Amino acid sequence: MIHSLFLINNSGDIFLEKHWKSVISRSVCDYFFEAQEKAGEPDNVPPVIRTPHHYLINIYREKIFFVSVIQTEVPPLFVIEFLHRVAEMFQDYFGECSEVTIKDNLVIVYELLEEMLDNGFPLATESNILKEMIKPPTILRSMVNTITGSSNLGATLPTGQLSTIPWRRADVKYTNNEAYFDVVEEIDAILDKSGTTVFAEIQGVIDACVKLSGMPDLTLSFMNPRLLDDVSFHPCVRFKRWESERVLSFIPPDGNFRLMSYHVNAQNLVAIPVYVKQNISFFESGSSGRLDITVGPKQTMGKTVECVLVTIHMPKVVLSANLTATQGTYTYDPVTKILVWDIGKLNQQKLPNLKGSLSLQSGAPKPEENPSLNIDLKIQQLAISGLKVNRLDMYVEKYKPFKGVKYVTKAGKFQVRT
Amino acid sequence: LHVIMIARGKNASDLFPAVVKNVACKNIEVKKLVYVYLVRYAEEQQDLALLSISTFQRGLKDPNQLIRASALRVLSSIRVTIIVPIMMLAIKEAASDMSPYVRKTAAHAIPKLYSLDPEQKDQLIEVIEKLLADKTTLVAGSVVMAFEEVCPERIDLIHKNYRKLCNLLIDVEEWGQVVIINMLTRYARTQFLNPNINVSPLIERYDDDEEKKAEAAALAKRKPYVMDPDHRLLLRNTKPLLQSRNAAVVMAVAQLYFHLAPKAEVGVIAKALVRLMRSHSEVQYVVLQNVATMTIKRRGMFEPYLKSFYIRSTDPTQIKILKLEVLTNLANETNISTILREFQTYIKSMDKDFVAATIQAIGRCATNIGEVRDTCLNGLVQLLSNRDELVVAESVVVIKKLLQMQPEQHSDIIKHMAKLTDNIQVPMARASILWLIGEYCEHVPKIAPDVLRKMAKSFTNEEDIVKLQILNLAAKLYLTNSKQTKLLTQYVLNLAKYDQNYDIRDRARFIRQLIVPTDKSGALSKYAKKLFLALKPAPVLESPFKDRDHFQLGSLSHLLNAKAGGYQELPDWPESAPDPSVRNVEVKDSVRAGGTVTLRGRAPGGQACGHCSSSDTGSGSESGSEESGSGSESEESEEESESEEEEEDEEDERTKKKKKIEKSKPKKPESAERSDDTRQQLPVQQFSGRSRGSLTDRHCFSPHCKLHIYCSFFLIFFNLLVSSVNSVRMYELLHRITGEGLAVEYCFSRQPFSPDPHMVAVQIQFTNNTSSETKSLHIEDPKLQSGMRIKEFPEIELLPAGESVNVVMGIDFCDSTQAANFQLCTHTRKFFVSIQPPVGELMVPAFLTENEFKKEQGQLMGMNEISEKLNLGEKCQSDHAIVERVTAKANLSRVPCGSEKENRFAGKTVSSGSLVLVTVARKEGGGAQLTVNCEKMVIGTMLVKDILQALTQ
Repeated sequence: MIHSLFLINNSGDIFLEKHWKSVISRSVCDYFFEAQEKAGEPDNVPPVIRTPHHYLINIYREKIFFVSVIQTEVPPLFVIEFLHRVAEMFQDYFGECSEVTIKDNLVIVYELLEEMLDNGFPLATESNILKEMIKPPTILRSMVNTITGSSNLGATLPTGQLSTIPWRRADVKYTNNEAYFDVVEEIDAILDKSGTTVFAEIQGVIDACVKLSGMPDLTLSFMNPRLLDDVSFHPCVRFKRWESERVLSFIPPDGNFRLMSYHVNAQNLVAIPVYVKQNISFFESGSSGRLDITVGPKQTMGKTVECVLVTIHMPKVVLSANLTATQGTYTYDPVTKILVWDIGKLNQQKLPNLKGSLSLQSGAPKPEENPSLNIDLKIQQLAISGLKVNRLDMYVEKYKPFKGVKYVTKAGKFQVRT
Repeated sequence: LHVIMIARGKNASDLFPAVVKNVACKNIEVKKLVYVYLVRYAEEQQDLALLSISTFQRGLKDPNQLIRASALRVLSSIRVTIIVPIMMLAIKEAASDMSPYVRKTAAHAIPKLYSLDPEQKDQLIEVIEKLLADKTTLVAGSVVMAFEEVCPERIDLIHKNYRKLCNLLIDVEEWGQVVIINMLTRYARTQFLNPNINVSPLIERYDDDEEKKAEAAALAKRKPYVMDPDHRLLLRNTKPLLQSRNAAVVMAVAQLYFHLAPKAEVGVIAKALVRLMRSHSEVQYVVLQNVATMTIKRRGMFEPYLKSFYIRSTDPTQIKILKLEVLTNLANETNISTILREFQTYIKSMDKDFVAATIQAIGRCATNIGEVRDTCLNGLVQLLSNRDELVVAESVVVIKKLLQMQPEQHSDIIKHMAKLTDNIQVPMARASILWLIGEYCEHVPKIAPDVLRKMAKSFTNEEDIVKLQILNLAAKLYLTNSKQTKLLTQYVLNLAKYDQNYDIRDRARFIRQLIVPTDKSGALSKYAKKLFLALKPAPVLESPFKDRDHFQLGSLSHLLNAKAGGYQELPDWPESAPDPSVRNVEVKDSVRAGGTVTLRGRAPGGQACGHCSSSDTGSGSESGSEESGSGSESEESEEESESEEEEEDEEDERTKKKKKIEKSKPKKPESAERSDDTRQQLPVQQFSGRSRGSLTDRHCFSPHCKLHIYCSFFLIFFNLLVSSVNSVRMYELLHRITGEGLAVEYCFSRQPFSPDPHMVAVQIQFTNNTSSETKSLHIEDPKLQSGMRIKEFPEIELLPAGESVNVVMGIDFCDSTQAANFQLCTHTRKFFVSIQPPVGELMVPAFLTENEFKKEQGQLMGMNEISEKLNLGEKCQSDHAIVERVTAKANLSRVPCGSEKENRFAGKTVSSGSLVLVTVARKEGGGAQLTVNCEKMVIGTMLVKDILQALTQ
């Protein structure tokens, strides 16, 4: 299946290679570079590239290309999904997935890759199992290790691999037993020029941080499970229980994990928390343009909208922006042509406004299209769909855990066309 | 570290000898790194790599399963041809290892060995066949992977395992699921009928009359379609996986539904696929490719999700273009206006490639949906005044295609376009305009010559494709309007004659010969008009994704629209379904044994009855009445064996009866043992197990009494009970033919072996089928594993012809399922035989109270606890059936239990007296959880396997 993996940074250096079968020369990456050059932006590199003898399937994450080499037929999603798991595992182990951290922890990276694939077929991809075998680095441990000369590699054998619940490591012990759930909802929307909703939907996830001793069996129920239209679960969730009773019953993995992601029934109208009044125009003569944007709260369910951020990809001809913001700060990067206006908290009384002129490259024709605005925002303690967790029960174990649920609403792909 | 050098791609092979020495190192981390190094460079330094192999061979024998597994893993990763035989041996051994993890590793090793030496294929297939029969979820994914790499064409190996794979699927790890689902899709295509056969034509958009007729004819011939239950099973068991977090699994299920499900059911996958679109852009890219293919055949399915495919300005171009493709495929009369409005916004995008694609898309919508053709055309014409040349050019090309469909009505558009030649510089667009004018010059008789004049002027500066079209235009005008254009044409042809491009020179020569009449010009010039102004069919604008579905969706080949190496074709549905019975799994062990023993049991049962009554002459009539009476009673005891009171009552009664019979039967203890091969041993077991102490002196008679009861019971209820009958299974020790007339069978009688309580009692039955007598039957030369002991049976001095005799011997198996080997000797011959106990026979019932049980269980947690989920077989949903099956598999006694949903059993291993606790907790919907707690993990694991098998059948 997966023959080899190359990690390539933005400047085209191959800084790591790993082969699970025979060695493939790194010259195979030339085909990738060719495609990369053709695509221009990293986003546009086709995920599957065909070369005379191999197929290259790649993903782009955290400014690193993960390029895998395939020789025979394999579902492309299989490889893509796996590569993302690798990236997530690095993130899990080292806090971030970047060239520097990978280079710093080369030995661990190598051990991880060795355990994750056997002969190109995924072997252990659950972080709980891997962590049992290969301990993640911490400052304390690396200090101890340098002094005592011991290693990161757990001397224990991966017993987790034998169990029927491979996602949970055995013998978990905590003094404080706690289980936290974050209900995070994202609004995906496209608004047109006049502010009417072209398309809107709510996507949510429940991220959990469970630190409970032993083998707890948890049941999480909702006040209004009917809201959930389409769901996908962590493998630990018992699907039968969900189908029959609409409750989440599971033995959780240890630590952080994504319990479920869901999509809210499309029949429900989506509340749009902010409105945007905007006027961007470019003049035919004088190579300049005007910009005037006002953001105000709309359906916020009585909560404050925070962390509002407006991002605009300006046309290539815009050289600079001379604007004044009544609230927050703005920056314009003339290289990437991105205008960012960081507003912060949305004030009900005094609506934030950004106004001023844009100067264009002289002589160039005025841009065809007005750039669309991408909005970021955050509302604490609110799930915009109205989803509510009813209760969390624990079985099997005797102690009383500390439980908590947090709700957050964010803007997902929230775009205003102009 | 050397690893760092490997990682950077440098050659560290010089250090090989130094590194290999470290293989034997104790430190695990160094060891692992050495493994990494070894695997990387072994190919180049074969001789030296061989030095390390003995270390792994030692590892293969390690008592710890994880060490065995990792030794096999590294050994099989060393790509050195010389060790192929060693690997083969190791794989074979590991394939029958007790630990499923080691078996999984064996499955992983198979493709490795295959790629190293394809000659081993046949042997490897044998191993695969064996592993396919494995019932653990851990192995399933890996072995199917091996199957796909080594012998994907051997679909016949799947038959027997098909249902098992379907049932295990949900518990297999994610990656295994993908591989299994893909394989099963192919399998189903060869084994089942097309579920859409009775539905009118599949193809919604591209259907034509002929096809319909053909379908209708086919329809008439076919019988009404009934879906094979196995086909249904596959669809049902894969559906929950649409909710997987793994995009690859979701895609696999989606393609399975697309290829296999009845049309009405395919819809469920749309929602899941739309969900995947929220994922990383690479995932989106692949999913959109597949959705694009699906939308061509099953448009309706995605229509409700139309808006999910709307494009954001921040999407990468490749995603935009794919979304556009999907939107175009989804367009129909009802939603076209919304889609066109969307398209209008896209046209203003800054991304020019995307704008071009949008214009193409509008063109396609216009051709497909007649109602909007004019609207689209007008829209496109408006685009002609766009300032961006690329947009205009693309519009021209599309308009050209549209106009070809109905040129008569649009002469003004053609005129408008003619004017554009002054401004547009994009060659493709210029060429298109010229072609249009030439083609329809009769509609624009005034403008056409003028255009040609302008073109003649700029001819030398044009691009090649434009030049060719100028020639075309000139030729066509010459033919229709030679008066005005004769000279112009001559001029253009002369220019072309000296062009640098030979295509153009050729074309000029060819056209001149055709159209300009000369003396020599032959018959062809008469047909010049026909040649140039023939009616040309309008082009069909169609999706590049049309017909891509002959590749299995979700595959690499589908994505590339070309066959990738190792791609397995998705076969067409068969005309008529192959025999579905091939998937029937042979009724194994318990049930099959039940069947055969039943038949065999009848005869001895009858014999025994006769035997009893003959020896029982005095009380013949009495025993008859007794039989009928106790027959019904014992039935009761079976069904309500939980209620102890009743059982005790029975016990009393039985004791009484026994005493009666005791008098008449003290001389024939061996024949009593026979009852074991009849049936309904279960209550007796519990009974004798519990009251062992007090009943030891007469335990051998209790079965005898039971024999009476059950013979009649059996005969009466035979038909009712066949399916649920439990039996003590007879095993063959020596076949009649190899034994030259002497047949030997044995069974585990589950009686305590009185001379030594640490031994398992094995009852052996000798039958002399020869015509002469056999003398001095005895055991010689036992070959035993260390710690095992045998207590031989006393020598049988004489076995007359046609007679049989029963003896009991004791074996201490040391709580292992290893075979006891010994020689069976007669006065003339010696036979090598071996007895291997099923794990369930290595224990004796233990009597515990509920509290004791819980306490003991609490002490046997963690490693000592093995838990497995299962789906109860159809016939063992009830308490009764569960008890029966578990106790038939293992010599355990029931433990009273407060909960209705749980059944508990307890026993002790014979040799060491370790507790064995079994819990079966039933859940709704036929599911159950089986838990075994045992200090001896090996026993526990094997017991789980056995009971699981008993309960799922």
